[in-house]
Amino acid sequence: MVVEQSGLVYRTTSEIRGPILMVEGVKGVAFDEIVNIRRPSGEIVTGSVLDVSRDWAMVQCFGDTSGMDLNIRVRFTGETLKVPMSEELIGRVFSGSFKPLDGIPVPLSTDLRDVNGGIINPAARDVPSEFIQTGLSAIDGMNSLVRGQKLPIFSESGLPHNMMAAQIARQATIPGQETDFAIVFGAMGIKNEEADYFRAEFEKTGALSKSVLVLNLADDPPIERIVTPRIAQTIAEYLAFDLGMHVLVILTDMTNYAEALRTISIAREEVPTRKGYPGYLYSDLATIYERAGRIQGRPGSVTLMPILSMPAGDKTHPVPDLTGYITEGQLILERELSLRGIYPPMNPLPSLSRLMKDGIGEETTREDHQDVSNQLYMAYAEGTRARGLVRIVGEVGLSDRERTWLRFADRFEQEFVNQGPYENRSIEQTLSIAWDLLSILPEEDLIRIRETYINKYHPAHKSDN
Amino acid sequence: MSTIVGTIERINGSLIVAHFDEAPKIGDLTEVGDLRLMGEIVRLSGETAYIQCFEATSGLMPGEPVTDLGVPLVAELGPGLMGRIVDGVQRSETELWELTGPFVSRGTNIDPLNRGAKWKFEAKVKPGDKVEGGNVIGVVQETVSFEHRVMVPPGQSGTIKSIKSGEFTVEDVIGELETSSGVVPLKMMQTWPVRIPRPIKERLPLEMPLMTGQRVIDTFFPVAKGGAVAIPGGFGTGKTVTLQQVAKWSDADIIIYIGCGERGNEMADVVAHFPELEDPRSGRKLIERTVIIANVSNMPVSAREASIYMGVTIGEFYRDMGYDVAIMADSTSRWAEALRDISGRLEEIPAEAGFPAYLSDRIAQIYERTGRGVVMGEGRTLGSLTLIGAVSPPGGDFSEPVTTHTLRFIGTFWALDTDLAYRRHFPAINWLRSFTRYMDVSARWWSKLDPEWEASRSQALRLLEEASEVEETARIIGEKALPDEQRLVLLLAEMLREGFLVQSAFHEVDTYCEAEKQTALLKVFIEFYSKVDPLVRAGVPIEMVRNMDVVTELMRLKERAGVEPIEEASKAILAQRDALAEEYEVKL
Ligand SMILES: Nc1ncnc2c1ncn2[C@@H]1O[C@H](COP(=O)(O)OP(=O)(O)O)[C@@H](O)[C@H]1O
Ligand SMILES: [Mg+2]
Repeated sequence: MVVEQSGLVYRTTSEIRGPILMVEGVKGVAFDEIVNIRRPSGEIVTGSVLDVSRDWAMVQCFGDTSGMDLNIRVRFTGETLKVPMSEELIGRVFSGSFKPLDGIPVPLSTDLRDVNGGIINPAARDVPSEFIQTGLSAIDGMNSLVRGQKLPIFSESGLPHNMMAAQIARQATIPGQETDFAIVFGAMGIKNEEADYFRAEFEKTGALSKSVLVLNLADDPPIERIVTPRIAQTIAEYLAFDLGMHVLVILTDMTNYAEALRTISIAREEVPTRKGYPGYLYSDLATIYERAGRIQGRPGSVTLMPILSMPAGDKTHPVPDLTGYITEGQLILERELSLRGIYPPMNPLPSLSRLMKDGIGEETTREDHQDVSNQLYMAYAEGTRARGLVRIVGEVGLSDRERTWLRFADRFEQEFVNQGPYENRSIEQTLSIAWDLLSILPEEDLIRIRETYINKYHPAHKSDN
Repeated sequence: MSTIVGTIERINGSLIVAHFDEAPKIGDLTEVGDLRLMGEIVRLSGETAYIQCFEATSGLMPGEPVTDLGVPLVAELGPGLMGRIVDGVQRSETELWELTGPFVSRGTNIDPLNRGAKWKFEAKVKPGDKVEGGNVIGVVQETVSFEHRVMVPPGQSGTIKSIKSGEFTVEDVIGELETSSGVVPLKMMQTWPVRIPRPIKERLPLEMPLMTGQRVIDTFFPVAKGGAVAIPGGFGTGKTVTLQQVAKWSDADIIIYIGCGERGNEMADVVAHFPELEDPRSGRKLIERTVIIANVSNMPVSAREASIYMGVTIGEFYRDMGYDVAIMADSTSRWAEALRDISGRLEEIPAEAGFPAYLSDRIAQIYERTGRGVVMGEGRTLGSLTLIGAVSPPGGDFSEPVTTHTLRFIGTFWALDTDLAYRRHFPAINWLRSFTRYMDVSARWWSKLDPEWEASRSQALRLLEEASEVEETARIIGEKALPDEQRLVLLLAEMLREGFLVQSAFHEVDTYCEAEKQTALLKVFIEFYSKVDPLVRAGVPIEMVRNMDVVTELMRLKERAGVEPIEEASKAILAQRDALAEEYEVKL
């Protein structure tokens, strides 16, 4: 942590309640100021001021408070949490509170940035519109990602969200441009082996030399997770808006982050809303997610892909719910698809990319892209409806039409959604698979596709042109 | 303006507790700390003031000064607002950007109305004229198509002593008013406290529908000019796109678009795209009739709370000029959450879901500011204010407090449906759960265009309702086992869904559907039903009906410009019906 070794030391803690310390008799303490707490072992733990009055300060401690007594030394640093910015951050590995984990000292820099970042003025934003090809059909074809978008993966434990995120990180490119993404990877409470997996994946493709890792793992202090994504986003902002790089930020697992926030809130005895989460969870998450984007007149971009686990697969749980209200769409992984051997087990129906329309079309992907996507949605929805019917009336009870929808849905899952973890499909390939599948359906049923596109791209007409 | 200075006692997030030697007033604006952050006093207890701060409070210290400015949060009203993007306390975000860079900096003071800009004022009254609050004393052509009417501020009246046309700034004196208590200068700018409704002379019943060019809205769940609408829906169900569509294509004179605690990119999208779009009726640029208030989700919550009042006050100002104003508020849930946040920090006793007990009153107060009526001033100038509020229920569950309280104060309810959104049926307005209380207003208007409109509409709704019952049965026994008459109902519902209700905001033709086309389209579906139903009853298999070429054509009519293709299709229905009748030897 780079905070000047100055500030007043107090040994006047009156109460330690979970991660919260009450320090009495303080003078000149600022809201949100960073404190250093020295354990008897000499180890320094960081915290910050949550509430301050003329004679007491409430401090949240990012490290473990167990073993602390009221006599503990608390130093108020007079600074908010800042991290030094430099090009040398690239290729480095840090802890969740920015301690080097790779044996090299923190880069020297006088350019200190507040981890809370600024608020991008909405008038200064540039609307994200450059299509990113991830090579995954379920994303590119139906939920396209664009540069500067924030698009989370909603998953469950045991599903291959890491594999999917790594594949995206590996394959993401702007068609026709030689572009690479720098990767900022922020981990909150994930397992060591998961972090190792990402590191190994990045290493394999050489991405590690273009990435910054900020790791709070499962056995690291839980409250530290409050600062980890902020540090990651601060670095990303610097790389993007100061150095002009295109940055892909992966933050995983946001549910662990939210739990840290909940722990603090409960210790403060705040009025909870749903499932014990504080009422400000939405606004708090927004201060992390909204840092993604593009800025007019600045060449770089921050594309954000948070990963979160839905407890019990429940989309209405506060963390996925509020995330979906802030992010520009969501990619939803489902256990049922995974059990049937589909990778990525992504259900396109509840998934969404809100910025897709700006990124696709004649100039960037293909003119029929939007219509094809709309038609796939409708056909797959009909197919899953027919599948539900089969459970009740059996296949024989289906009309011919319903049976066609059903066949479509099965093949759609197997051939369009399903693909290899190292299979990198171009957008042309994705659209061509889509057309092959749509041609199962009677042409009159392709109502969401313009007739000119049917005439031009439908396999039955292609030879006419 | 007297100012009182106090000191900060405590900082708890956006809530500041300050001590004053002399008690200030509740509702007063304050400058907080050495950075002079803007705040508002929300509670007083003796000499202790509780202040909600409109900017981030990081780094503030107890002991820093607080200045009570002695005035409440006001909107500055005058020429220069149109086409602009401002934050919840009316600072121009474009100017902020120019001044301090792309990241919002704190403590930056910007006059809401530009003090240097000159406007060409043309006087419409002369010395000796008697005027009162609300009377128009002159006009400024603010944009190519927008005439800004300069009014006597509410509450003032008297005789015009002097008045001059020419180029003036908003603060220049353009004339003098002789009142009972002396001569007061007249300026183009006035101010109004945002939390107090601007007065209106007489409220009138609503009379005209707000036409939006969106079929499911105009035809099935219309809103009246001066009405109130709620549009609740889980994330991704289409609240924002619907509000944007109404902002783009409705026949209001003025649009106030409030982005309240939502995404920065959506506001950037409005700013980027509105200047390119033209009103289909007047051909004028849409941005010239739009004011954007953008207090996005990562901005401090207190300013978010203020932004709704700011928007409504600006809206009332244009209503008072005699315009039809429509306000889009996206989302009122974020406003309510801001209210909850402050309430929690004030340690008030929460009612449901942590919201304060006065949530319902506050929602009512906002929706009560809508309406139609005779505006202030001599004469009978009419104006209206319509408010359309998005609601973002947690988990998409409409039984939560903001949705349920809002329901009590609105006239139209557009219930968005997750399942429709999943199959990309947009607008995902559920036709069974939505309602409108403005049907009479709307029917009167439509009947002038098409006397059979009401009959077509109710038959279409009946078919859709019947289809949903038939679907219930089909879910148990399968569609195949249904009698053909019922399968025809299902076919018709499908055709109405795809061919009428689904309307893509991004389709170059279908994004806007004029009234003439709406009724013609509705009628042609009803006509189809009335023509083929006898065939099916006489034993023509439903498959044969479904295979009629005209079925696909009907579903594609919405994509074709104008009403001629609809007339063609109507002829095709007859021809194909006759052919089928002949084939199956059905006597008609
Ligand atoms: N009328 C419409 N036409 C086409 N697409 C729509 C329409 N309404 C919504 N959508 C689609 O749904 C997505 C989510 O809509 P949005 O209005 O942002 O939802 P919400 O505000 O309820 O979260 C949009 O990005 C768009 O893809
Ligand atoms: Mg929205």
